[in-house]
Amino acid sequence: MVLGRVRRALAEGPRDAGRDEPPVVRDYRRVHGSRTTAQTVELLAENLVDYRAVVHRSDAAGLPALIARLLAERGARSVVVPRGLPASWLDVALAAGSGLTRVADRAALTPAELDAVDSVVTGCAVAIAETGTLVLDAGPDQGRRRITLVPDHHVCVVRVPDQVVGSVPQALPRLAPDRPLTWISGPSATSDIELDRVEGVHGPRTLEVILLSVSGEPG
Amino acid sequence: MSGTYLGMPAFPRAADVSTRDTQLRANLTHATHTIRDKRAKAVAELDDWDQLRAAGAAVKDRVLRRLDHYLEQLEAAVTAAGGQVHWAADAEEANRIVTALVRETGEREVVKVKSMATQEIGLNQALEDAGIRAYETDLAELIVQLGDDLPSHILVPAIHRNRAEIRDIFRREMGRWGRPAPEGLSDSPAELAEAARLHLREKFLSAKVGISGANFMVAETGTLVVVESEGNGRMCLTLPETLISVVGIEKVVPTWQDLEIFLQLLPRSSTAERMNPYTSTWTGTTDGDGPRTFHLVLLDNGRTDTLADTVGRQALRCIRCSACLNVCPVYERAGGHAYGSPYPGPIGAILTPQLRGIQGPLEASLPYASSLCGACYEVCPVAIDIPEVLVHLRERVVEGGPVTRGGTRTVVKPAKGHAAERAAMRAAAWTFDHPGVLRRGMRLAARTRRLHPRRLPGPGRAWSRTRALPTVPAESFRDWWRRTRGESPSGPTGKRGAGE
Repeated sequence: MVLGRVRRALAEGPRDAGRDEPPVVRDYRRVHGSRTTAQTVELLAENLVDYRAVVHRSDAAGLPALIARLLAERGARSVVVPRGLPASWLDVALAAGSGLTRVADRAALTPAELDAVDSVVTGCAVAIAETGTLVLDAGPDQGRRRITLVPDHHVCVVRVPDQVVGSVPQALPRLAPDRPLTWISGPSATSDIELDRVEGVHGPRTLEVILLSVSGEPG
Repeated sequence: MSGTYLGMPAFPRAADVSTRDTQLRANLTHATHTIRDKRAKAVAELDDWDQLRAAGAAVKDRVLRRLDHYLEQLEAAVTAAGGQVHWAADAEEANRIVTALVRETGEREVVKVKSMATQEIGLNQALEDAGIRAYETDLAELIVQLGDDLPSHILVPAIHRNRAEIRDIFRREMGRWGRPAPEGLSDSPAELAEAARLHLREKFLSAKVGISGANFMVAETGTLVVVESEGNGRMCLTLPETLISVVGIEKVVPTWQDLEIFLQLLPRSSTAERMNPYTSTWTGTTDGDGPRTFHLVLLDNGRTDTLADTVGRQALRCIRCSACLNVCPVYERAGGHAYGSPYPGPIGAILTPQLRGIQGPLEASLPYASSLCGACYEVCPVAIDIPEVLVHLRERVVEGGPVTRGGTRTVVKPAKGHAAERAAMRAAAWTFDHPGVLRRGMRLAARTRRLHPRRLPGPGRAWSRTRALPTVPAESFRDWWRRTRGESPSGPTGKRGAGE
């Protein structure tokens, strides 16, 4: 019935439509400005900070200690970990005597159980420099969407420069539409009270991003 | 306020009240000026804004011209991905479908993502009538719901409330809906946001059914997109077992690539950010991640009637950014409630009369709720020529003419209140055609100028109540010309010309 109405509505007007309609002109930029790879990573860091994410830098060797430090500074007692996160990343944090409990991301984990977890550590699929955005696609090192939502502290590792693109038009072709995606730009926020921006409503109120340098690393 | 838009007065009457509310005026001026300056900065960062805007308009126009095709493609893709698609011709049918779907789950409570479409159809009321409680989870929608109020802005529905009013509402009402406001709650926005977080968390964690709208639906992939800031959207889209999305049929875009346009246009136009904090996309259902059941309710409710009007249909390009509200001098003074629908401001003035028809007094008055200054068109990220549609709708109100209502072509009569206007216009046309009559009329007007009233009597009273009458000069231009140049202004130029 709705489709019938659509067709009648279109039939009545001049139907300049049809099979041979010219393509939409896409003369907007693929990316704004020209930057080296290093400059693109720098812009990502700047824009993340501008929207109140906390940015750290590390190489592969220093990563486990950095993650351990961030969780300890936060006072985290438990951390939820996606199935495919490299185990070595949490070696230091979960070392015997650290007092930190590892919670596996599994389908049976209820929202209430998840609500009791302090932190979450994940990777990401793509990061967008111009907008300071991290995109998660529920891949093995990112886990179910809910684990980066309910805990109040999210540590996200971005492999630079491999996972960094300049712009939104460069990000979309690298993402699979059939996967559930979460685009994250800074911690959760609201401007609902007098258009005054407040960071931290329902999503994680603290977002820490580790730019993990992978250049020169084998594989 | 009673939580419903039914029986709202025509715009001038409502605005007559709201423009006297100094608190409202102060809240609105502060908020709209803050956001419009931020938006200008966010837009200025992109030197290809005009190209993005043109592409956004072109994609939406293309969708509208082949809407049947894209909707069928969307339905097939959503179904293939494990979703179920329902079609609703009007608000009543949509409410019936959603109510039945919630009942099937056996649940009596649902959590809601802020959604213009469900506001438009009055879903919360319909659910309540069926014994189902709907919790709004967007902070501003929560403020509106707890205050038994109506939204007054597309992006920030509680823009008409200041922080002290919000604190009072939270203190008074939160306990009646669930977890009460913390003791000693102050009016700092951070504390108020924290109170909302605590209040809503128990609802999110136990919710089995979520209800949302969507900002975009991608026809080729069957993907839905929700753009938000707080994380309440993510909660509603991922924690419940059943997700029901009610979306207007015009929200479809053809391809995944098209999102590269709208995900640049929308955040900068709306919250004036490079990107909003959270964007969720999902395609049907995903095993072990998020809802196991997904229903998509595709809503017409006047959209196909709007589509049938080739001038007015551009209103269906709207991506609900609200930039037009924030720059509108009329909105800034009258406030959102005067527009009598969930769509206030300039876009509401052209959308509401088209979705509902122009027969009601409110709908017939809305095309006049504008000074035609054109600021709305300037900022619109999909280049909707709102002044053009306003003038088009004014003509429809005054002259009547062919329209489509409920899918049927019909002819509306001219609106009642405009008979005097039409008579005046006819008389003016005749007078301008008869120079002798015009001259005598103007001389008469000049000689009697001391006797002119400040307000028109009779049918002209309504017109002059909100306008200052022009003062008539002692001498008409035509007489002045004749006296100083000794010739008729409409006559041949004669000896004038060379050397002038």
